[in-house]
Amino acid sequence: MDWEPVIGLEIHTQLATKSKIFSGASTAYGAAPNTQACAVDLGLPGVLPVLNEAVVTMAIKFGLAIEAEIAPRSVFARKNYFYPDLPKGYQISQYELPIVGRGHVDIELEDGTRKRIGITRAHLEEDAGKSLHEDFHGMTGIDLNRAGTPLIEIVSEPDMRSAAEAVAYMRKIHALVRYLGISDGNMQEGSFRCDANVSVRPVGEERMGTRSELKNINSFRFVERAIEIEIERQIEILEGGGEVVQETRLYDAERDETRSMRSKEEAMDYRYFPDPDLLPVEITADEIEAVRATLPELPDARRARFESEYQLSADDAAFLTAARETAEFYEATVAACGDARLAANWVRGELFGYLNRENRDITDSPVSAAMLGALIRRIQDNTISGKIAKEVLEAMWKGEGEADAIIEARGLRQITDTGAIEAEVDRVIAENPKQVEQYRGGKTKLMGFFVGQVMKATGGKANPAQVNELIRKKLGG
Amino acid sequence: MHNMTLAQLAAALQEGRFSSEELTRALLARARELDAGLNSVVSFAEEQALAQAREADARRAAGESGPLLGIPLMHKDIFCTDGLRTSCGSKMLDNFVAPYDATVVARLAAAGMPMLAKTNMDEFAMGSSNETSFYGPVKNPWNPDTVPGGSSGGSAAAVAARLVPAATGTDTGGSIRQPASLCGVTGLKPTYGRVSRWGMIAFASSLDQAGPITRTAEDAALLLGAMAGFDERDSTSLDEPVPDYSATLNEDIRGLKIGLPKEYFGDGLDAEVGARVQAAIEEFTRLGAEVVEISLPNTHLAVPVYYVVAPAECSSNLSRFDGVRFGYRCEDPQDLEDLYKRSRGEGFGAEVKRRVMIGTYALSAGYYDAYYLKAQQIRRLIRDDFLRAFEDVDVIMGPTSPSVAFRLGEKTADPVSMYLSDIYTIAVNLAGLPGMSVPCGFAEDLPVGLHIVGNYFDEARLLNVAHRYQQVTDWHQQTPAGFE
Repeated sequence: MDWEPVIGLEIHTQLATKSKIFSGASTAYGAAPNTQACAVDLGLPGVLPVLNEAVVTMAIKFGLAIEAEIAPRSVFARKNYFYPDLPKGYQISQYELPIVGRGHVDIELEDGTRKRIGITRAHLEEDAGKSLHEDFHGMTGIDLNRAGTPLIEIVSEPDMRSAAEAVAYMRKIHALVRYLGISDGNMQEGSFRCDANVSVRPVGEERMGTRSELKNINSFRFVERAIEIEIERQIEILEGGGEVVQETRLYDAERDETRSMRSKEEAMDYRYFPDPDLLPVEITADEIEAVRATLPELPDARRARFESEYQLSADDAAFLTAARETAEFYEATVAACGDARLAANWVRGELFGYLNRENRDITDSPVSAAMLGALIRRIQDNTISGKIAKEVLEAMWKGEGEADAIIEARGLRQITDTGAIEAEVDRVIAENPKQVEQYRGGKTKLMGFFVGQVMKATGGKANPAQVNELIRKKLGG
Repeated sequence: MHNMTLAQLAAALQEGRFSSEELTRALLARARELDAGLNSVVSFAEEQALAQAREADARRAAGESGPLLGIPLMHKDIFCTDGLRTSCGSKMLDNFVAPYDATVVARLAAAGMPMLAKTNMDEFAMGSSNETSFYGPVKNPWNPDTVPGGSSGGSAAAVAARLVPAATGTDTGGSIRQPASLCGVTGLKPTYGRVSRWGMIAFASSLDQAGPITRTAEDAALLLGAMAGFDERDSTSLDEPVPDYSATLNEDIRGLKIGLPKEYFGDGLDAEVGARVQAAIEEFTRLGAEVVEISLPNTHLAVPVYYVVAPAECSSNLSRFDGVRFGYRCEDPQDLEDLYKRSRGEGFGAEVKRRVMIGTYALSAGYYDAYYLKAQQIRRLIRDDFLRAFEDVDVIMGPTSPSVAFRLGEKTADPVSMYLSDIYTIAVNLAGLPGMSVPCGFAEDLPVGLHIVGNYFDEARLLNVAHRYQQVTDWHQQTPAGFE
């Protein structure tokens, strides 16, 4: 039987505020444990939450970006459960009335087609603290720095049909929140993580299969892998005549398997009810319009502009707009060199080669857009060839300085003096009579040989176009 | 000095008849001596109070004068006090010292009031007799065999016994007004949102409100004026200007329309108490007020609604007391579940556990709609009853409590009869309205309280009405034997 996976994601994104969602404590990552938890975050008796306005603005931005309805009135609720890193014994979240209603994003599939993924809702909530199980001799350490960090939870419709689609969707949301400037999307620090609901059903079947929920996955690679093996696991059960159990499962990256955390029977009753300490969030149409006016250009619009304005291929435009930082780097490079085509090749082809090899982020590139632009300008003005430029880029990547300085220091300036090149051409022709004869006899492929010899003799610095032209003239003559 | 009201003390301090330090020392000595038989105090703050008194004297010497400058008070032990234990009447917080002051505490300290002590209360404000306190029951100064009411029983008893001219209380279902009634003092629960809840340990967040307990309405006006106002740390506090409550105390009340809900004078009301309340209302007609019978048809639903809403909120509010970060932790926990179960099982008393269980049940999946949601809907109806009534009348009056102070232990075995002692006060919290209790006579030698309820933010009118009544009566000036 052919099986169809059905996947929905719940993405938890940390909002990039300076202070927490309900207190004035800092949200900066990496502080010593419990140094960024104030009385409110600690849940001391008598303290009260006060909503950070910035999170509302960020949620509105997100809602507008996915073309969703912004709720004129949304309500914070308490999700009650006991856990040592949950200081109040409840998490303040939104339940029945979330701030962002139904919306959607479009993802690109591998075959180049686009698919619309529905977003059910997005709501604001506070994060819990962190339990540390190592280094405490059988006891558990609690770090409440993270407690009260603002999150927006983005819940998709079960619209994805493969692990690849799920990853494409997750990347899309990741790009979106970073474009909007509402999250740093840092997955290592837990700023962007997701739960995946996965089920399978026979192709053609309308009803959904029993789903499992994969918890807390914090990388694109793990999402893909976790969903893939969960799909395989469920198909194997069903084909063996068994039944999938509704449960929460955890993906173990080291063992590359998912395993059961708790079953439906053990599912907690969170006893949600509206938080009486917080007033409903009321948002007027004017406030929404004011936020709309601050929206940056979003990925889809930017990609379309890159195709028309810079004459880029759909593929290049998609690549260069996938992350806001890449798009900004690219545009800065274009501004520095004036050649959109070359800039696209050098950013995507060369620079990303280095970034990927060293697993670095473009914001962390040792070669800035201005530096890359200056290098490209030297190709344009024939100071160096493209081949030499690669050598210069390597030196720039290693921190040897700006393009011009490297070109000078290494004597890489291209030989454009026709006399000098001609002398070398004459020498090569004189030294290789056999090849000259063969060439004149019709073996024009030998052109490459002569060019190679000249380039070799000039240390690659001769202008290749001039070399070609001279050889053709001399041999043809 | 101990017989003087806030207003009289303010004048005496201003005239230099004694200093705040002298006053504070005298009241501390009296409270230490007389509280032994009352148990109204949980913690004394002697050194801090004297330091605050000296500071008040210095402020006055520097030319400052304020109606509360240098006058000591006591705070209910539900208000967090920086550096001094805040127990909330519970074993759970017997070791808890907050690193901050409640807004109420900070505001009254800023007004120059030394804090003499923290007063006893029902555990986490859950009770109507002060018998659920971990520190033992408070005795009613009028008769030590009877309860002072609750949960602000320590504050009411301390004011009634002249240990202190004023104290703070909190009122979730009657916890200021019922003990004020049973102890023969004046107590006011403001409009929900009038006084900040920051630093006040939550019982039921949508109902809790802090207010003054004093001997006179005039004093309540002074204290409320200093307590009230917007606080950016409490999202439910309202950004409404605070009027000068003292300025309108003497306004004429001729033509005042008093609504008497027929539901408040039926079954369950002690006949003697009813007679005293009727007599008080006649006094108001002599002052020129007009009496109208009204109906609040959903009155009978107030107690059941309250005992869904309040426990539901408390079950969540009290989840933070888990033995992990502060407060009581059981000995030698075996694992996490054991830590939770025993810390909470041993740290909380029976009434708190009862309410946590009721609330947890009411919020559970499958019961939420039938209990919590339904209760919130009925709550709206109860509020609507009041708003309809206030279209025709200025204030609503009735008994604060259906009976005078009952005997210690009389109702502890029967929670429902205990809950019914708040039958007249609870609806006011559900609606979020201001309410007040003023002494209006005695029955069986125990005080009777008149309940006055006003429209939203109409505290000034309540105080005006109560003050005019206190000018023509002397019930509020009666002193229990042994405390003169």
